[in-house]
Amino acid sequence: METINLTRLGWESQDFVRRVEAESEQNVRSCYQCGKCTGGCPVAFAMDVPPRQIMRMLQLGMQDEVLKSSTIWLCASCTTCTTRCPREIDLARVMDVLRGIAREKGSIGVPEVAVFNDTFLRSVKNNGRLHEVGLIAYYNLRSKHFLHDVLKAPVLFFKGKLKILPGRIKKVQEVRRIFEHTVQAGRERA
Amino acid sequence: MKFAYYPGCSLHSTSKEYNISTRRVCRDLGVTLEELPDWNCCGSTPAHSTDHLLSIALPARNLAISEAIGMDLVAPCAACFNRLKTAQVEMTENPRLAAEVNKVTGMEYQGDVQVFSLVDVIVNQVGLDNITPLVKRKLSGLKVAAYYGCLMVKPPKLVQFDDPENPHFLDDLMQGLGAETVEWPFKTECCGGSLSVSRTDIVVKLANDILGMAKANGANCVVTACPLCQVNLDLRQKEAEKMYGTAYHLPIYYFTELLGIALGHRPAQLGIDKHIVDGVNLLSEQGLAS
Repeated sequence: METINLTRLGWESQDFVRRVEAESEQNVRSCYQCGKCTGGCPVAFAMDVPPRQIMRMLQLGMQDEVLKSSTIWLCASCTTCTTRCPREIDLARVMDVLRGIAREKGSIGVPEVAVFNDTFLRSVKNNGRLHEVGLIAYYNLRSKHFLHDVLKAPVLFFKGKLKILPGRIKKVQEVRRIFEHTVQAGRERA
Repeated sequence: MKFAYYPGCSLHSTSKEYNISTRRVCRDLGVTLEELPDWNCCGSTPAHSTDHLLSIALPARNLAISEAIGMDLVAPCAACFNRLKTAQVEMTENPRLAAEVNKVTGMEYQGDVQVFSLVDVIVNQVGLDNITPLVKRKLSGLKVAAYYGCLMVKPPKLVQFDDPENPHFLDDLMQGLGAETVEWPFKTECCGGSLSVSRTDIVVKLANDILGMAKANGANCVVTACPLCQVNLDLRQKEAEKMYGTAYHLPIYYFTELLGIALGHRPAQLGIDKHIVDGVNLLSEQGLAS
């Protein structure tokens, strides 16, 4: 890892940790680096920066390094870290907030996860519920993994598990309204 | 006992058998389920990964519908349960958030709905004492690894039942039905459900670890209460075997399926014929499929 100049990080970069703390309602600066989060994380093996180090980088205000990490996208939201943290920090919630800020800054460490999330939410907005065939088809198109899981589809179809056409709820406009007043309004604000 | 029933998206598609077996065993146990009218998706991980207000408002619409028909809500899916409960708790604890959410949904949710997971209703509200007299055949010969996954038991402050590190309610239920349960350390290891499509490589490794540990501890099947766990361990089992050169042949049952078998139903009546890894043979071998 490159050398970190603590003076350069200084007070200005503390704006970043303050924002993360405010949005997540968590006291990130109370982390004392015990490492239980990394120890219990089922996905730590695949992350470029372990969760404990993300917490330390946040304390030091290392915004760019945190936001470009694969960690914040590979976090599976299992909340094992949240459950075990002796300082009662909800790390899973911190990861949620970091994904939001990373998106805002256009720094997305694992694009497949962001594409999956968008595709999933698009289906919910259009139909009120998730349509899995549409989800996989659109995800493969957007992520350019065209053949991903295509061999699974016929098996599931013959088991009577996949519907080719989406089922739409009656008052889908109520769900669209929720999207318009939350995530879309948020992006316009940003 | 009557509840508004929130099946969630999985139980209408990839986890049909969880829906079928849930409805069948609830009828036997005197639990009336009335499907929540016009329910919408809870938003799951993609919603809370994207926007906090969205992740509360999507489940809040379901809470408001449930309140309007005057019933508490029960969800079989661990992920739906977790999101519905998060919305309910956050709106109760934070009136300012509740007001903001009501403005977003355009509905007046007052906070009068309780959210339960199906397994909680069956194990704690119906109770083992009332279930065991209804058992028509003991699940002898089944060596079950009870797999709880993460969202049913974590975070404990939210879900508020059982031990988050070493839960036992599924073990208790299976033992009550006459099955043997194995001791194993991966009861609450995450299967990586939310990465199933986007990072299948990670999920296949996690599935392989979980299946391998269940097998190493003597299990001949796995039981779960979560559709994401079931689909990952069932649908990805062949891939895991191929990638890691292993052979498991472990059926992955929903707890409602095995409960249904114990209550005397045939596998097809519970949807067990819809599994990817055959779930009927093991039951036949033990004389439990007729």
